[in-house]
Amino acid sequence: MELLGWIPFFPLLGFLALVFFGRSLSKPMVALIGVGSVGISALLAFLVGFELLRGSMAPYRLALGSWITTGDLTIPFGFYLDSLSMTMLFVVTGVGLLIHLYAAEFMEADAGYARFFAYMNLFVAAMLTLVLADNLLLLYLGWEGVGLGSYLLIGFWYVNPDNGYAARKAFVMTRVGDMALALSLFLLFTELHSLDIQTVMERAQSEWKVGAVLPVTAAALLLGGAAGKSAQLPLQTWLPDAMAGPTPVSALIHAATMVTAGVYLIARTHVLFMLAPSAQTAVAVVGGVTLLIAGFSGLVQTDIKRILAYSTISQIGYMFLALGVGAWSAAIFHLLTHAFFKALLFLAAGAVIFCFHHEHDIFKMGGLRKAMPLAFWSFLIGSAALAALPFTSGYYSKHEILLAAFETSPILWGMGCLGALITGIYSFRLLFVVFFGHQTREVEAAIGNRMRIPLVLLSVLALFGGLLQIPLDTVFPASIETTLPSPSPWVSIVTLMMPILGLLIAALFYLTGTLSSTAFTNEPIKRLLLSGWGFDALYRTLFIHPFVALTRWNKKDVLDSPYLRTAWLSRKLHDLTRAAQTGRIRWYAASMAWGAVVVIAIGLLS
Amino acid sequence: MMLSALIAVLFFGGIAAWMSEQRNPNAPRWFALATLALEALLAGWLFAGIPAAEMAVPATASSWLAEVNLLWISRFGIGFHLAADGLSLLLIALTVLLGLMAVASSWTEIDKRTGFFYFNLLTCLAGTVGVFLSADLFLFFLCWEAMIVPMYFLIAIWGHENRTYAAIKFAVFTQVSSLVMLVAIIVLALAHYRSGGALTFDYVALLHTKLDSNLGYWLMLGFFIAFAVKLPAVPFHTWLPDAHTQAPTGGSVILAGILLKTGAYGLLRFVIPLFPEAAHRFAPIAIALGAASMLYTAATAFAQSDFKRLVAYTSISHMGFILPGAFSGNLLAMQGAVVTMIAHGLSAGALFMIAGFLQNRLHSREFGEMGGLWTAMPQLSALTLFFVMATLGLPGLGNFVGEFLVLAGLFEASPIATAIAALVLILSPVYALIVIQKAYHGPLQNRPVLSDGSFRELAALGLLAAALVWLGLRPQTVLDVSKPALQSVRHTLNARET
Repeated sequence: MELLGWIPFFPLLGFLALVFFGRSLSKPMVALIGVGSVGISALLAFLVGFELLRGSMAPYRLALGSWITTGDLTIPFGFYLDSLSMTMLFVVTGVGLLIHLYAAEFMEADAGYARFFAYMNLFVAAMLTLVLADNLLLLYLGWEGVGLGSYLLIGFWYVNPDNGYAARKAFVMTRVGDMALALSLFLLFTELHSLDIQTVMERAQSEWKVGAVLPVTAAALLLGGAAGKSAQLPLQTWLPDAMAGPTPVSALIHAATMVTAGVYLIARTHVLFMLAPSAQTAVAVVGGVTLLIAGFSGLVQTDIKRILAYSTISQIGYMFLALGVGAWSAAIFHLLTHAFFKALLFLAAGAVIFCFHHEHDIFKMGGLRKAMPLAFWSFLIGSAALAALPFTSGYYSKHEILLAAFETSPILWGMGCLGALITGIYSFRLLFVVFFGHQTREVEAAIGNRMRIPLVLLSVLALFGGLLQIPLDTVFPASIETTLPSPSPWVSIVTLMMPILGLLIAALFYLTGTLSSTAFTNEPIKRLLLSGWGFDALYRTLFIHPFVALTRWNKKDVLDSPYLRTAWLSRKLHDLTRAAQTGRIRWYAASMAWGAVVVIAIGLLS
Repeated sequence: MMLSALIAVLFFGGIAAWMSEQRNPNAPRWFALATLALEALLAGWLFAGIPAAEMAVPATASSWLAEVNLLWISRFGIGFHLAADGLSLLLIALTVLLGLMAVASSWTEIDKRTGFFYFNLLTCLAGTVGVFLSADLFLFFLCWEAMIVPMYFLIAIWGHENRTYAAIKFAVFTQVSSLVMLVAIIVLALAHYRSGGALTFDYVALLHTKLDSNLGYWLMLGFFIAFAVKLPAVPFHTWLPDAHTQAPTGGSVILAGILLKTGAYGLLRFVIPLFPEAAHRFAPIAIALGAASMLYTAATAFAQSDFKRLVAYTSISHMGFILPGAFSGNLLAMQGAVVTMIAHGLSAGALFMIAGFLQNRLHSREFGEMGGLWTAMPQLSALTLFFVMATLGLPGLGNFVGEFLVLAGLFEASPIATAIAALVLILSPVYALIVIQKAYHGPLQNRPVLSDGSFRELAALGLLAAALVWLGLRPQTVLDVSKPALQSVRHTLNARET
């Protein structure tokens, strides 16, 4: 169990090694360090996880030293392992390892190979710190650290300024959420005098009443932080642009791990949300609305990675919905299966992009089924799991979420079902357009084993990952689905049928061509959806343009003008008095005479 | 005697450096280096000589870790009284470190009148160390002036294209504000005399002056203005961007790294302990000024097109944290202020050095002349990224600890003010990441080959980076050393009611 402390250490070591020596190392050596460090972490994670599973599932704490101690603020470096953090640990190291392995081949031709793996290792180290932290400040350290990793990797190809813009957008947008998170930390510390997660939860439970102002405020602020990191309404707009990064980055950071950190945060602090029912309802509503608007946007995108990005936002919306209705385990379960199938989809998309002229537009692809069988099968499995077709991993987790949502509110359930229908449509639209029809161009490259193995393994997980049983009931209170009577069968049937209906619709439009999509799309609506509901334009007019205009206008700093004016005034006075000093005797004599007259006059008249 | 040696070494080292130029124009920089090495040894010796137990004692204002008290102008009750507690020791350590950095960054940059340059550099440091050690208000004022005059020369002689304007602006702002402080010092001493005490300028004696609350408020304001100009806080900040932009690299490092800290030090050492009641009344205004400083200058920084000017504005934004730190009235915030002082000295010093290194290569500070530098100089770029991350408050580096503690302490005093001040968390990546974008990312402009950082440059920056990591992960040393001093400050604030 003591090995726990070493898990984030190896990626950190890999990062440092690559930063200091990366330039002088050969590419195989760089790959060995970059992939190997995550490999060691994965191995340790499985050892530690196995020990936890074999034992009584009692949470394990590991103190690593102290960080900040002053007054009644005590913040250690400490890790906390229970089945929740263990699940995250498996996702981060397991899926992370597969993606690193894939990237070792995908990025091989890139000049910045060492820099890439340095950033990736830094990200993994930060993500592991985030999920293992036993106190909120250490969690915040990991939280900001993954933000840094995300920024660096989105802007990895820095020569193109668009990538830099996307990277900065991601960092700043998530910082908006981070500010809320920081404020909730201040609030929790000021009120409960601790930042240790377990202590805070215990004290909150004993000191705060359900629905009181303090827990609601704290939970709402946490929700703000989670929404930023997990790209939920209203802070979702950075994620589609984040696709500017290399595809393995999109798979690791912007699908499997970092963007689910918000879900983890809320699950980790679920006690607080249970004390704040209104905040918890807000979580459900945010999730429900986000899953719909992102789903609709996914319907019309043409860039293969943007489709997947919108689907990620939408799927995280499902997780938020689950958290909001108290289906804590279902949320984490969906996080797990989503990590499998979405990483699979991204890696398969990466294989297509890799082999097909770096093309991103799905309508320029087509018929790749024959030329790229592995990518096709991966995509088929991934899409099936994403759409939650029966017996794939996504089916188990999403079904659980929707049934739980029905118990809380049929409206939320309806939103989720509509979302499931849309998911079916857009995921199979993607599959049909890219892999069916006739092939336009030849495939220019083939993928090697380092890319094949992750695809195969993730396909297996995406298919059968739903059978995994994680004992999350040691962390969360009994979920509703076990405490309430199961809903009437028609709810189950409707829930089940939605993705299949979506698949059929997609087939009619994009496989058989029976229906023409052009007849249905109204140009303005299509453009609205394509732009992600115009949020970018809204934020540009509301925040970015005024800010930029105002600061440009004030570049010279108006507050300097009083001082400049004082200086100007004294110079003018100086000129004025200097003008009197002409050097002409007559002038002096005249002014002396006039002066004497004035002085005498004043003396006489006063 | 150790304490007077700390000042004397720098002063006489400066004279020696000046003299040595006649023999060899390269000699002064070696003299300066040797002087600072000696100073580091002395400070280290002083540090090591203090038993750990004594370090941790929550001191009352009059129990010092080291002290020199000699008669000087006894007719007016002026003594040569130097005293050190944890706070002054930390700032002296920072002064020595950044003094070394200033010498390192001036090593090849300064080739005219080198002797006089290093004389000014070292006497400026001597004045600063004097400020951090003075326990007599007259002596304090003398040192305060002694550090401003050499800085004026540094800017006016070795500065860039608009140096005269910047140097005069610097001098006028600081002189006018210190005049206000001088009046306040004299009135305070007279008030102490009137209320039955002896005529004295001694800090400890004046601590217990009974003041009419109106007079106290005005005197507090007199001190506050001098320190707020130095900090600087909005709206007294406009001298700083000009001074920084025009100063030579070494001057900028000292200005940002140390001189601004004398303002922060003054707030903690004089304004609050001497006038606790007035400071308490004034706290809401001070906190508001701090928040305004943070936000206004962070936004202004974003629009700048000159590398050094941008960093100068970020400096003001960071020093804005000092005001809520000092005036929130709790230990957490005060400790945060001290960590911020040190972390900002390291990170802003490093960024000014980088701006100087770039200017030496490109002969420009304009972002328009940069772009794509990462391709040409990856090592210097990576280091810049590191310090930019420190500036935007990345956890794990020093600045974060300071900012977190200040905001956490401020929250206790006023959640609303914290929520407003925390907006700077959004603005700081906006201005910080634009530096990376404009200077380092994008396509490389067509230009002759640029060399990456030299060993001297990389080593100097590496040392500062290591210090920031240490401060970010092990801030406990700084927290422990400064704690007794800050506890006594807070004690005076709390004792005000009784």
